[in-house]
Amino acid sequence: MTKKDVNIKVEYLTRVEGHGNIVVNVKDGKLDTCRLDVVEAPRFFEGLLRGRSVFEAQHITSRICGICSCGHTLASIQAAEDALGVVPSAQTIKLRKLLLHFETLDSHILHIYLLAAPDLLGVKSFVPLIETHNKVVRRALRLKKTCNDVCDILVGRHVHPISAIVGGFTKLPKETDLDDMLNKLTGMLPDIEATVELAAKLKFPEFERDTEYVALVNYTDEYPFLTGSIGSTDGVRMDKIDYRKATNEFVVPHSSAKHTKLSRDSYAVGSLARFNLNYDKLHPKAKEIAVAIGMKPKCINPYLNTAAQLLEVVHCLEDSIAIVKDLKHTGIYYDEEIVVGLNEQSKVPVKAGNGVGAVEVPRGILFHNYELDGKGTILNANCIIPTNQNLNNIEHDMKKLVPEILDRNEEEITLALEMLVRAYDPCISCSTHFLDVRYVNR
Amino acid sequence: MKRPKVAFFDFSCCEGCQLQVANIGETLLDVLDLIDVVEFREVMSEKWDKALDVAIVEGSITNQHAAERIQQIRDRSKVLIAYGSCATIGGVNGMKNEFELDEIGKYVYNADYRFFPAEKTRAIYQVVNVDYFVNGCPVYPPEFIEVLKAVLQGIPYYVPDYAVCVQCKLNENVCMYDRGVTCLGPVTRAGCNSWCINNGNICYGCRGMVSNPNEKGAKDVLARHNIQMEMILNKMNMYNKCRELVQGGHEDD
Repeated sequence: MTKKDVNIKVEYLTRVEGHGNIVVNVKDGKLDTCRLDVVEAPRFFEGLLRGRSVFEAQHITSRICGICSCGHTLASIQAAEDALGVVPSAQTIKLRKLLLHFETLDSHILHIYLLAAPDLLGVKSFVPLIETHNKVVRRALRLKKTCNDVCDILVGRHVHPISAIVGGFTKLPKETDLDDMLNKLTGMLPDIEATVELAAKLKFPEFERDTEYVALVNYTDEYPFLTGSIGSTDGVRMDKIDYRKATNEFVVPHSSAKHTKLSRDSYAVGSLARFNLNYDKLHPKAKEIAVAIGMKPKCINPYLNTAAQLLEVVHCLEDSIAIVKDLKHTGIYYDEEIVVGLNEQSKVPVKAGNGVGAVEVPRGILFHNYELDGKGTILNANCIIPTNQNLNNIEHDMKKLVPEILDRNEEEITLALEMLVRAYDPCISCSTHFLDVRYVNR
Repeated sequence: MKRPKVAFFDFSCCEGCQLQVANIGETLLDVLDLIDVVEFREVMSEKWDKALDVAIVEGSITNQHAAERIQQIRDRSKVLIAYGSCATIGGVNGMKNEFELDEIGKYVYNADYRFFPAEKTRAIYQVVNVDYFVNGCPVYPPEFIEVLKAVLQGIPYYVPDYAVCVQCKLNENVCMYDRGVTCLGPVTRAGCNSWCINNGNICYGCRGMVSNPNEKGAKDVLARHNIQMEMILNKMNMYNKCRELVQGGHEDD
């Protein structure tokens, strides 16, 4: 091994959501420090939910993150309904699955094209690609816009959805809205095909580290996004109510986002975790692509999380089309539309309780937990975000990766680390809600 | 014409308003023809530490480091746009100001809370001068484009100072009070085209309050529907708690 010194300090890591730093220090060829600092100012969401009505929780917690606000909405609603004992209707469940698919599509497309692809194409951002890959950029923006448009139709807007609340929806799609969504979704198919062709040509870095993967699992044929129990590649199975036993959160001084672990030193959540646990349940078209690009479970190259996202894009688009067709077939029951505002009409019965929401959002499994008094006021709240669960795993990846690439120069090492972190598609606002690479100089 | 140098900066927020920029779709390429985006951390690795024509700032100021950083951004920017509720009025981050900072810190981080020093949440205008306001949680993209046009022409943009109700009526929505629920539309600045009410929800006051709310009228409505003032104030504090701070961020008493 080369006995060299490496000092890397990346402040405010770019093309990630939120504020984080990477700090690496190698002394005489020996790794001394390797950290992912989360420097996002804490926002104390869990603290400020106390004293608010549970019917306000969805509105407030969707503001934890602009990228996954629909995911927070759905986890929040699930936790609230679990606490109140509300059972959503079959139609509501279909519409929520659709909403979650739209968010996964939107978020994955944003990550694949705008955040990850520039590294794989050797540029600093999508901006130089406007000149060199104009068609690709236009396609990305077009896909992004369509995801946004179908969300607008379904819930008023993608960033901080309006009509999805505890009990159901304040506005239900009209028949023409269903047609409109179906047209837009089927319209995405050729662009997604082109995306798959482009992605198949990208060369992902080779790096492997065996770790535990955690995702929702179920006993049906459905690839679990909206509901399920907690499962891991190390054989853990537990109910969502026991989520604290799965996450085992702990605070580290260099990060305003908490860390987690389960059966080993660290675990990973997200697309690759879902792929590893639920591969069999992916849509056949997504599986075909997995075979074509040579991906099979258990895949332990974290850079391939981006490839797993691509498979999920195909899956979610196909399943969205199927759901809309099904809704068109059954028709919408408009008497399920609700006007609860803050439940001033007491449409949803309120009782004291404790509820957990566990939803597979784009970056992994998201937990919300509320404890309510008899008036539906939040006494205690807890949110465990996917990026928090990945931070510890990313640090362990970095510790294995750095000694393996010490023969490279500092710039190349930095890029490899930045790409590693970005592959997890971290969402730092969420996790403290995170990323900047800092190489300590001594 | 030389394209003005524009940068996006974020402070404490969810970054959803920045995301709204990516949501414009291919129109974004037309906007990029007119401006030179030199820094936008969420989607670009390029950085810029020199003079700026326009700084678009998202998020609230919640610690000393942020207060210093926004001052530096102000010092090198000809025009500063506060972008989104967290920046314009403090937004949901302001709810923190209802709690003792040590208490809420301990609640979230237990004994380790001292690793994460925090201050009361402040809106951008409560720390530095702001030239343009784009309100909303999230921002309403058509209004952002209007503001951008005004900035590029060097003319002011006036945020509507009438209630959301005005636009809501034009959209022919049934009043939420008549549907039996309270709504902050009557005291909230318009400009969002009554986005939430159009979709069956209520107004949460994310655009800030009108400068001269019809207090008497509002009280009449509350009395007619037998609604407690305390409930309305509690709702208002979801976005508007920072209004209680004066410039510089000290308690207003």
